Amino acid sequence: MIKSELVQRIATANPHLYQRDVENIVDAILDEITLALARGDRVELRGFGAFSVKNRPARLGRNPRTGAQVKVQEKVVPYFKTGKEMRDRLNKPHAAPTK
Amino acid sequence: MSGKTITRADLSEVVYQKVGLSRTESAALVELVLTELADSLARGENVKLSSFGSFIVRQKGERVGRNPKTGEEVPIEPRRVMVFKPSNILKQRINGRNGDAKKR
Repeated sequence: MIKSELVQRIATANPHLYQRDVENIVDAILDEITLALARGDRVELRGFGAFSVKNRPARLGRNPRTGAQVKVQEKVVPYFKTGKEMRDRLNKPHAAPTK
Repeated sequence: MSGKTITRADLSEVVYQKVGLSRTESAALVELVLTELADSLARGENVKLSSFGSFIVRQKGERVGRNPKTGEEVPIEPRRVMVFKPSNILKQRINGRNGDAKKR
């Protein structure tokens, strides 16, 4: 499923909404998660999973082609941990969703 | 770095502010988005959200694990797991760059 298909499914379930509104809703959710991570906050969505960020300290790397040493700056990377209920559902695909 | 935790309630509030639906309906739509994502993944279908990232379902084979406390060997059954692969744009945005997909 890609974003436009997600929007389509939600629009079909909510015929009173314009497709453009549904796009705005999906984008608002993803943007807010992104902004939260940029601030260093966690995003916890019970039953689905949690997004957080991890720090990667600066290090000396190497250009694999030339072997030259390069400084790699400190950075943060996004991290996602699958929620318990989601983990269970992946292995019992026919289990009824609880929501 | 505030260390706050964002939840469904915060996402609903943003949808309410930005889209102009009622609070109740905003909350229901946030829930529906998560349900659609979860249902798709539970069917074994990957989800790609452009400029955000992909959720990928992986099949793991059986392997031998060990109870770390007792040292006892226990078989770990084959299972499905999901991983999140952040897009380059997301990685750039959380590092305070504008995220226009260009390499530095």
